[in-house]
Amino acid sequence: MKRHLNTLFITTQGAYLKKEGQAVAVRIERETRLRVPLHNLDAIACFGRVGASPALMGACAEAGVSFSFLTEHGRFIASVNGFTPGNVLLRRAQYRAADDPAISAELTRSIVLGKIANSRTVLLRAAREGADAESAERLKHAAGRLSASIVEVKAADSVDRLRGLEGEAASRYFSVFNDLVLVAGDTFRFKKRSRRPPLDPLNCLLSFLYTLLLLDIRSACEATGLDAAVGYLHRDRPGRPGLALDLMEEFRAPLADRVALTLINRQQLGARDFVRQESGAYLLTDDARKRVLVAWQERKQEETRHPLLDARTSVGLLVHLQARLMARRLRGDLDAYPPLIWK
Amino acid sequence: MYVLVTYDVATATPEGQKRLRHVAKACLDFGQRVQNSVFEMKVDPAQWEECKDRLLRIVQLEQDSLRFYYLGAKWQRRVEHHGAKASYDVEGPLIV
Repeated sequence: MKRHLNTLFITTQGAYLKKEGQAVAVRIERETRLRVPLHNLDAIACFGRVGASPALMGACAEAGVSFSFLTEHGRFIASVNGFTPGNVLLRRAQYRAADDPAISAELTRSIVLGKIANSRTVLLRAAREGADAESAERLKHAAGRLSASIVEVKAADSVDRLRGLEGEAASRYFSVFNDLVLVAGDTFRFKKRSRRPPLDPLNCLLSFLYTLLLLDIRSACEATGLDAAVGYLHRDRPGRPGLALDLMEEFRAPLADRVALTLINRQQLGARDFVRQESGAYLLTDDARKRVLVAWQERKQEETRHPLLDARTSVGLLVHLQARLMARRLRGDLDAYPPLIWK
Repeated sequence: MYVLVTYDVATATPEGQKRLRHVAKACLDFGQRVQNSVFEMKVDPAQWEECKDRLLRIVQLEQDSLRFYYLGAKWQRRVEHHGAKASYDVEGPLIV
């Protein structure tokens, strides 16, 4: 069983990573700031101007530590991968399923179902806790409409129809997003989802967390031997990790959105933590980005239980478990892909 | 599991100094140095066997000694640090 190990985040500009024995040493201004044995790590994520020695990248590829470069603001640039892991038969099964409209529709249905059910849970939970009566009413109403979507999803049998329902459900979910934000003021008022660039602090925070989530899911796909690029809900497009995006859907609201909302509602982030650029794009400050990473990491380390597998695990490992369930479905060991339904 | 490794290597001879360096290097591959000849390691049982084997091959038991303290999974309760050179928590958020 895979264990949930730590991720090393490098956010200091000008840092250089090198291999020392079987460990990674982080050098800043010619001084070793931190030294971590590779076997304690799952992933290394470098933000911005961070260098790394080829020897280290090689050692990471060999040790199964995912190594990625992102921009300073969290946009994915590149990752270092060793030989394609896993089983060619699994990959072929994955491609065949993508070419088969019936299987594609079935997988897409599971993915969309998971997404909508989990968004609904987030809304209902907020309605129970914290929201005032008026907000609670709106949240419950939206949750009711998501329940209706679930019924429609269950009956839908084409990928296109499911994509439509997914989009509708997403806009219903985001239409009450403001009721999830419990702090006064306009900083975190949600207008609409915007990305590339995010046009307000809330979108900026969401985009950053989605990137972190996607990194983990991408690694989970690779580690399971799946091809992160070929998805079912998400069409193939060069450079787009379709399957990783598919598997991400059931995690967005309960994992990424909840972390964002907790940070906002506990006022661990405020207006001063964001910088508006001339282009209108909002960016997290260095210090705030670190706080988000800490919150994210702590959330991933929380203990939980996988409801279907009935196994104790950490939140961070759930993405790996789901990737394995997907692999089992594609291999034909399961009749359907069971999305993770959060309680 | 969490293991604390301490060692004493007789360094009167050049061979002894070499052993000392090799022990330190082996420990660095598995954990973090918390004091001069004290290392903390978070390892799984297989990694620990590997580490232990490597250490025992280096030392000469007539002159050197190794001590292993098994701190288990709930090690945080058992470790308290005072003073300079605080270590990092290998299970906590690692952000540089």
